[in-house]
Amino acid sequence: MTINGKAYIAGVYEHPTRKADDKSLAQLHAEVARGALEDAGLTKDDVDGYFCAGDAPGLGGLSMVDYMGLTVRHIDTTETGGSSYVIHVAHAAEAIVAGKCNVALITLAGRPRAEGMATGTVPRTPASATPDAPFEFPFGPTVVNQYAMCAMRHMHEYGTTSAQLAWIKVAASQHAQHNPHAMLREVVTVDEVVSSPMISDPLHRLDCCVISDGGGAIVVTRREVAQGLRRPRVRVRGAGEAVKHQMGGKVDLTYSGAVWSGPAAFAEAGVTPADIKYASIYDSFTITVLITLEDLGFCAKGRGGAFVSDGNLIAGVGTLPFNTDGGGLCNNHPANRGGLTKVVEAVRQLRGEAHPKVQVKNCDLALAHGTGGSLGTRHGSATLIMERE
Amino acid sequence: MSKPERKVPAPPVSPETRPFWDAAAAGRLMIKSCGACSRAHYYPRALCPFCGSDRTEWLPASGRGTIYSYSVMRRVPVPYAIAYVTLEEGVTMMTNIVDGDLDRLRIGQPVRVVFQPTDGGPPVPMFAPA
Repeated sequence: MTINGKAYIAGVYEHPTRKADDKSLAQLHAEVARGALEDAGLTKDDVDGYFCAGDAPGLGGLSMVDYMGLTVRHIDTTETGGSSYVIHVAHAAEAIVAGKCNVALITLAGRPRAEGMATGTVPRTPASATPDAPFEFPFGPTVVNQYAMCAMRHMHEYGTTSAQLAWIKVAASQHAQHNPHAMLREVVTVDEVVSSPMISDPLHRLDCCVISDGGGAIVVTRREVAQGLRRPRVRVRGAGEAVKHQMGGKVDLTYSGAVWSGPAAFAEAGVTPADIKYASIYDSFTITVLITLEDLGFCAKGRGGAFVSDGNLIAGVGTLPFNTDGGGLCNNHPANRGGLTKVVEAVRQLRGEAHPKVQVKNCDLALAHGTGGSLGTRHGSATLIMERE
Repeated sequence: MSKPERKVPAPPVSPETRPFWDAAAAGRLMIKSCGACSRAHYYPRALCPFCGSDRTEWLPASGRGTIYSYSVMRRVPVPYAIAYVTLEEGVTMMTNIVDGDLDRLRIGQPVRVVFQPTDGGPPVPMFAPA
């Protein structure tokens, strides 16, 4: 069975808020659901499949299906952190191919800013039965210092520099200046990134993504439904998912699960990295982007630093325009989970609806990649290839 | 034991890993090795993550290793170094580096285990420059 060409992304929505003091979490989920359904030209009564992950309140899918008043015959609460929603698109396509649903709704929402969460710099207390917790939590693993260890090792093995990593942030900021909803719209330079305060060696403040409230939603349908809608048609061409971990103590921090999810997605789509016109790459930190680009095959292993330098990721300048909404580094990282907005911007590009300053010409094939959990311990990788029909 | 540099949370102890923590309390670092496939693994599990056998056995480790990677967390009241240390036995474990100048750490640096007290639990294995 393949999903290639058999499911369509009919609606997408990114909540405009970046700080949601006055909204509940369930309300945000329902607002983004409504936004994506309106974008598609569908209503909640058309939805017969629902997808959400660990950010959904209460008993996740059950609580949200109840809150939104949905009637579903298919539900999937696959939880792989911030990559969940990229996987959800693939699972929705699979469910559609299998005849399990016709209109799949995927939602993400969160309010870490409103709740004052120190997202990256304070260890998150694990549930007591978490098997790795006794052997990690005492040592103060935070989001940022785990990714920092990946950067440190990558620098050691391949000579990657902070200035090279900084180019990733520079490219994101070049794009974010055109996005009125972006949290950080100011264009920054390599010098400004490397001279920003050190958070955890070698990652500076400007190597880190924003913390934002909000969310987003995606509607996936079968061809027969998509053909009756008025929006430009974007179809799923291929997908891959993988889990990378510590491998029983054979730790290697220089690569990600994208070494498996990428080739799977390219094989299913029947295309190569050279065919991709635009890429949404999960950017929790600059190092996340660099390692992912290598692992997806956009450049050779260890050459990521050279690849991202000199504006190569900037739309209209470089060979691989990335994260033209400003990404998690500058625009939005709702609920500390950036996978969903990666798909949203890729769909905007394929529809020709990105901001004119960053719209990629003749953008007919795009990739979105999610990394969820931690690159430094265990993470889910999800690669999705989409095409304008 | 050296002076802790920050309050270290106690590890939750389960029946599966109690021997590790009992040994830690006695100042000994244990890993697990598989009686079926002979491979060592970390963190310790009842079932071998390589072959699935339940014939895993506790094995004393030398406590010597080298820094695989590290990062000094700066944006906290007391900066600390998180690290992965590769033991002589070949497994790599998350830990902290203590007792040295955090600004002079380097990948490949030899280190030795030192057990540090935790907040109401057994001591945990950290490492100091060898």
